[in-house]
Amino acid sequence: MEKIISGKVYFTVWAALMCLTVTTAAVSYVDLGQFSIVVALLIATLKGSLVVLFFMHVKYLNVKTTLLVIVAGFFWLAILLLMTMTDYITRAWS
Amino acid sequence: MSDSSQALATHELRHHFEDMEQQRDASSMGMWVFLITEIMFFGGMFMAYLLYRYEYFQAWQEGSQHMNFWIGTINTAVLICSSLTMVLAVLAIQQGRRRLTSVMLAITICFAITFMVLKGIEYHEHWLAHEFPGSAFHFAGIDPRHVEMFFVLYFVMTGFHALHVLIGIGLVSTVLYMNSRGHYSADYHNPIENVGLYWHFVDLVWIYLYPLLYLIGHHHVG
Amino acid sequence: MASASTITAEREHYLNADYGFRSWLLTTDHKRIALLYLISITFFFFIGGFFALLIRLELLTPQGDLVQADTYNKLFSMHGQVMIFFFLIPAVPAVLGNFLVPMMIGAKDLAFPRINLLSWYLFIVGGGVMLYTMLTGGVDTGWTFYVPLSTAYLGTHVVLAAVSIFIAGFSSILTGLNFIVTIHRMRAPGMTWGRMPLFLWSNYATAIIQVLGTPVLAITLALVGLERMFHLGVFNPQLGGDPLLFQHLFWFYSHPAVYIMILPGMGVVSEIIPCFSRKRVFGYEFVALASIGIAVLGFLVWAHHMFVAGISLYSAMVFSFFSYLVAVPSAIKVFNWTATMYKGKIYYSTPMLYAMGFIGLFTMGGMTGLFLASLGVDVHVTDTYFVVAHFHYIMVGGMVMAYLAGMHFWWPKISGRMYPEAWGKLAAMIIFIGFNLTFFPQFILGWTGMPRRYHAYTPEFQVLNVLSTAGSTVLAVGYLLPMVYFLWSLRYGKEAGDNPWGAAGLEWKTASPPPTYNFEETPVVTWEAYNYDELPEEVPVVG
Repeated sequence: MEKIISGKVYFTVWAALMCLTVTTAAVSYVDLGQFSIVVALLIATLKGSLVVLFFMHVKYLNVKTTLLVIVAGFFWLAILLLMTMTDYITRAWS
Repeated sequence: MSDSSQALATHELRHHFEDMEQQRDASSMGMWVFLITEIMFFGGMFMAYLLYRYEYFQAWQEGSQHMNFWIGTINTAVLICSSLTMVLAVLAIQQGRRRLTSVMLAITICFAITFMVLKGIEYHEHWLAHEFPGSAFHFAGIDPRHVEMFFVLYFVMTGFHALHVLIGIGLVSTVLYMNSRGHYSADYHNPIENVGLYWHFVDLVWIYLYPLLYLIGHHHVG
Repeated sequence: MASASTITAEREHYLNADYGFRSWLLTTDHKRIALLYLISITFFFFIGGFFALLIRLELLTPQGDLVQADTYNKLFSMHGQVMIFFFLIPAVPAVLGNFLVPMMIGAKDLAFPRINLLSWYLFIVGGGVMLYTMLTGGVDTGWTFYVPLSTAYLGTHVVLAAVSIFIAGFSSILTGLNFIVTIHRMRAPGMTWGRMPLFLWSNYATAIIQVLGTPVLAITLALVGLERMFHLGVFNPQLGGDPLLFQHLFWFYSHPAVYIMILPGMGVVSEIIPCFSRKRVFGYEFVALASIGIAVLGFLVWAHHMFVAGISLYSAMVFSFFSYLVAVPSAIKVFNWTATMYKGKIYYSTPMLYAMGFIGLFTMGGMTGLFLASLGVDVHVTDTYFVVAHFHYIMVGGMVMAYLAGMHFWWPKISGRMYPEAWGKLAAMIIFIGFNLTFFPQFILGWTGMPRRYHAYTPEFQVLNVLSTAGSTVLAVGYLLPMVYFLWSLRYGKEAGDNPWGAAGLEWKTASPPPTYNFEETPVVTWEAYNYDELPEEVPVVG
């Protein structure tokens, strides 16, 4: 039987997402140099994790296969991005 | 749960499944597998973005300055709100509250339409400012060729995202209609959950698009 | 004994359960959908084969005298696109996989029967667009669509061809999605992962690739279309775009795609070898994990198609290393099949002949892949006929033979009839001879310098080209024969019975042809796969 999450949890997550959005928007006005992208992506990943864990119920899963599926998806995306970039980044070495 | 709710659930059991639990687990897994195909589909675009940002960072900064910061930020908030109402719709049907479910689904659609309208205004603005790639493109600042590439990525990524929002509107409308016909209950509502998963995914993509397109470098006002 | 037609008419099964176009075109029965696919891909196989024959005809003489260069470009492009996307990719999964996966796991159908039907309709629509493309002038970019040729310079139907493959790609994705969920969620009681037939492991690994790789092809083709039509030039050098980005994205799918094509064939071989050796598979776990290994490693090697395109040397070394590594799980399979046959009681039935042919020819094709994985050698042979021979050894000598092996092995189950064994053996021999005559000379041609995708060549290459063309005619005859005798067997073939081969596997425990819901009762599995030590040593039916 599926677990029913309370509305309170959802509203809390929503509030967190809104705050994080304001935060990332505000931080973009600050000059962090090379770290701007790192901070922006960290906040985005935090927001994304909240959506995945709570709104998409991944935190409350009965079925572990779903987690495998999600990890596989992001892992394969990483293969695409990272292995392609190794070509471009190392071109200057030759 | 009520007898009629369970009867509905039994009625919806497809013949090749052993029981409702197997059907539900299968349909949910199916939607998740579909979502990772979407990760890879958008992944190709993120790859292009990553490469050209690496190669033409200044142009990326320039281009980002010309984004409509306020529409982008408001749209981010709009999608987050729509995710909330979507998950509340699922909560409502889990409690057997059909009318509340319909209300939540309808509000989700309203948010989605708001997103599309704001996007349309944005696109129109860019068009008027000669920022649509192609022969009409004209950029007065530095490195116009690579800034044009930024706009190519902008339109391609937000364009495909908007297409998915549109499809999402269709899907949410469909389950809204089906709910109004009494097809769902506390014991059977897989389609609403699965549409919810899709919708949250669409929100997730935008959560990444927003900083990558709108928040590079420092901002001028507007 | 009562005549074959009376007996099958008495019992209801999936073929006679319902009649009429609607019962076929709106079916959700995985077995009927498999047959719909069978007819469709056979049709496209002959279209692709027709283009191949035209290519071989042109190459009989050194001069480009049969067709113009532009037409020749269209011929090899269409040959590749049709054969890859409309035959090889769907062949085993959509025909044999659709038919057998639910039966092998003891289920009544796939997890999503209506999506299964949708995948066939998508295939048909994609195929229809491809046919339209061909009839209105075709496309001449090569099946590889390289930019900027495809985005900026051609007047042929690039967008149409891209759309057709985009649509067919979704057919492939949906099939893969269906198989993954089915295998995870619908196994019969007692059917643990470790008891599944290897055909299921292979199709599962294939499904992983279909689901994770094909979407990247989809977006890449979409980007080509957008650039051509709306000047959204992601690959446009004038905007700083990189044509190599296209190649990275294209091959990220298209290399794993070759594993989509070969893994199901390996699964077929894994079923046939133990049956006709009357032995358990040697090293079952290794073969199962090797399938997964191929699926994963296959995603790490794509830029070996780009060694001379301008990628960094260091990146090339990484891709070369992984390309060597991916040969290991394939080799493990070859060793295990061979070890399965060792000291087995071998029956040289038609499926076994094809399976044995597969092992030999796939090994040759695979080893020549290692030549290509070596950076230095690749510089010499890339874009020559060596590459053409390499992939045809795997795809035709390997995959098509595996497909025919599977069709012959499971034909009794699918149709309830035996094909004529003598003709089966004859066709297998003709195909084996025709295949080697066609493609072995191409290794030599490539090694000695004949480039691929050229319709004219220098005279010293003619002899080998003539041999190759002669071989292709023999091969064509060989491929026509099964068409004829399979159709013949539907009416005149001997009745097959439940298990003519005495094979292990749940699909053989039900009638031939099977009832619509596959099993009278859901089976409960208490035995390991390939329990040939518990089955009779004699194969009931062999010519």
